[in-house]
Amino acid sequence: MDFGDSPAEAAFRARLRDWLRDNNPGLPASSTSDDYWAGQAAWHQGLYDAGFFGLSWPTDIGGQALPSVYDVIVDEELAAAGAPPRPSLGYLVQGILEHGDEDVRRRFLPGIVNGRDRWCQGFSEPDAGSDLASLRTRAERDGDEYVITGHKVWTSYSDVADWCLVLARTDADVPRHKGLSAFRISMRQPGIEQRPLRMINGITSEFGEVTFDGARVPASDMIGKPGEGWRLAMTVVSHEREPGELGYVARYKKMVKELTRLVRDEPGRYGPEQVRDLGWAIVDAEMLRLHVCRRLSDRLDGISHGPEGSVDKLLMTQVEQAVGHAALSVGGAAHGAGGDDTWLKAYLYSRAQSVMGGTSQIQRNLVAGRILGLPTS
Amino acid sequence: MDVRLSPEQQALRDSAAQVVDRLGPHAVRELDDAERAAKLDAAVTASGWRELRTATDGDGPWASGVEAALVAEELGRGLADAPFLGPTLAAELRRLAGAPPAASPETVALAPDLADVARGTTGGAVAVDAHRAASALLLVPAPGGHRVAQAAVGAGTDRVDLTRWTAALDPGGAAAEPVADQTRPLDDDAVARWTALGLALTAADLVGTMRGAVDLACGYAKERRQYGQPIGAFQAVQHLLADAFVAVEGSRSAALHAAWAVDALAPAEALAAAAVAKAYAARAARTVCETAIQVHGGIGNTWECLAHVHLRRAILSGDVLGGAGANLARVLDHHGIGGAGGLR
Repeated sequence: MDFGDSPAEAAFRARLRDWLRDNNPGLPASSTSDDYWAGQAAWHQGLYDAGFFGLSWPTDIGGQALPSVYDVIVDEELAAAGAPPRPSLGYLVQGILEHGDEDVRRRFLPGIVNGRDRWCQGFSEPDAGSDLASLRTRAERDGDEYVITGHKVWTSYSDVADWCLVLARTDADVPRHKGLSAFRISMRQPGIEQRPLRMINGITSEFGEVTFDGARVPASDMIGKPGEGWRLAMTVVSHEREPGELGYVARYKKMVKELTRLVRDEPGRYGPEQVRDLGWAIVDAEMLRLHVCRRLSDRLDGISHGPEGSVDKLLMTQVEQAVGHAALSVGGAAHGAGGDDTWLKAYLYSRAQSVMGGTSQIQRNLVAGRILGLPTS
Repeated sequence: MDVRLSPEQQALRDSAAQVVDRLGPHAVRELDDAERAAKLDAAVTASGWRELRTATDGDGPWASGVEAALVAEELGRGLADAPFLGPTLAAELRRLAGAPPAASPETVALAPDLADVARGTTGGAVAVDAHRAASALLLVPAPGGHRVAQAAVGAGTDRVDLTRWTAALDPGGAAAEPVADQTRPLDDDAVARWTALGLALTAADLVGTMRGAVDLACGYAKERRQYGQPIGAFQAVQHLLADAFVAVEGSRSAALHAAWAVDALAPAEALAAAAVAKAYAARAARTVCETAIQVHGGIGNTWECLAHVHLRRAILSGDVLGGAGANLARVLDHHGIGGAGGLR
């Protein structure tokens, strides 16, 4: 057991550190500002072009086929440099890798990995949240195409996306989990309208809702077989629960580092409760880094996406919300005109973590049933 | 980076698990079974686990902090009522001082609140994991840092932890005597490394104790029926147990890193890693063991239910070398925020 760098890992770390010295875009945290999302594509492309993104993915889609543990090094160095986290889209890549055929993988994945194509994910609907299999968006065959009609919500990056991974019902006559299929559909067409959602911290550029009214997609752009959509969605959401896939350790460590600096620079300004909140944020964020080391090391035996993703999601949520509490406690709510509300926004954003990617209640159900073996009622 | 256990480490963990599963207490009344306890003690003695931190010819320990922590975790899980923590920490003090191994069973003495090693005086000092120990080691000031001294152990009690005794140093006995044949003083770095080992081992013991408590409560939740079904089928119970399991997993990741750091990082970094693990695990352990009691309902509040034995073991492990607050202060201090010692 070794948490330290091998010689190859140490060399990689040194190269990344050097590169970051001249290439840190100085964007704010993703959770607090629309500016982050405006600069995110360039950051993704720069990181990829320099050889620091998509490390563990196959070489034929633009990856480097390195062990997943290299992603921990990236997260650590991004945080140490105060750089933005790496783009969180590994779950899309994993879903298409696992379910797409050779043609789909070759056509779709390189552009996602290198940051030239931007994708959003159309799963949830107004009446299909935790109960995703009840979704009602329809895909009807029309010659060589499918025609999509329905309403998606919580669609991250819908405002900038070129493409949407949309989950739709292709067969209404089979049990509901079996009638779903997944498509890549172009967002640049008349049958699609998207509208940003304004979240509780005021940002408008992360989440949106999308209506499909006769939008068209070539049948060859189905990912997986007809009826395979549910299994693809489960692959995607299980990876969406993994902090190692999302790169969120860097985001938490960056925030904790900035909060630590505030207290260190003006120690007399903060009382014991504030210092305690900061202390727990430091401890919790470090725990998550170490937990990701453990999980990504387990992947050296081969990739898996079982119920342990729910454990990781619950740990990640606890950490994000502890960091959020420290942000509110130490950073303050900035009452009064002209105050900086960055920390208030970070705190407010943290409340979404126990909902997005599957609520904490759903994760607990999965842990109880699939890991602890507790009975169903 | 590869934080998977090596095949040898897995084998060590498995053999520790087998020993406690065979000879550990499986019910509260078995704590009074002296014959069983003696067999467990003999098995631990025969295994050589208490000598993992004794010196090899080159002054290094026979095994790293990881091996010692794997044993500690399994002994904690099985509520082993045979000394391990105390003798291991005593062996580490002797190794760091360049002294020969102990000739008779010994442990370590801590300050009255258990948050630090006993320094300079035997007054109020507490020997931990003191069952079967004739003497306890403490530190006394010396040129270049500290020397290791030895004092006789008085009558012990299992008032807090039913599986590991604490004892006052023998009030009628002689004052602490220096341990013979020490070849070097313990400087601040050596004390930091020793403290890191102690925190890593108590964090590992907490992880084990928590795992055992979750196993116990899940077993009960599958068997106990109310409203015509197992109580484990109710979401309210499921979510308590899921949260407990998640807390164990997070604690385990931090504790494994702390165990590795004991020997692999510089003393200040090793101490900080250990403080992170101990703070996280100490906070988690109380809640997890309380959950185990809650899931057992009324039975969980009776002496005969093992849940309180887990909680009591967690209280002692938590207090040894400081619990959540004391280690939060250590972490903050490492990040340049001093004066947080008031966090207890």
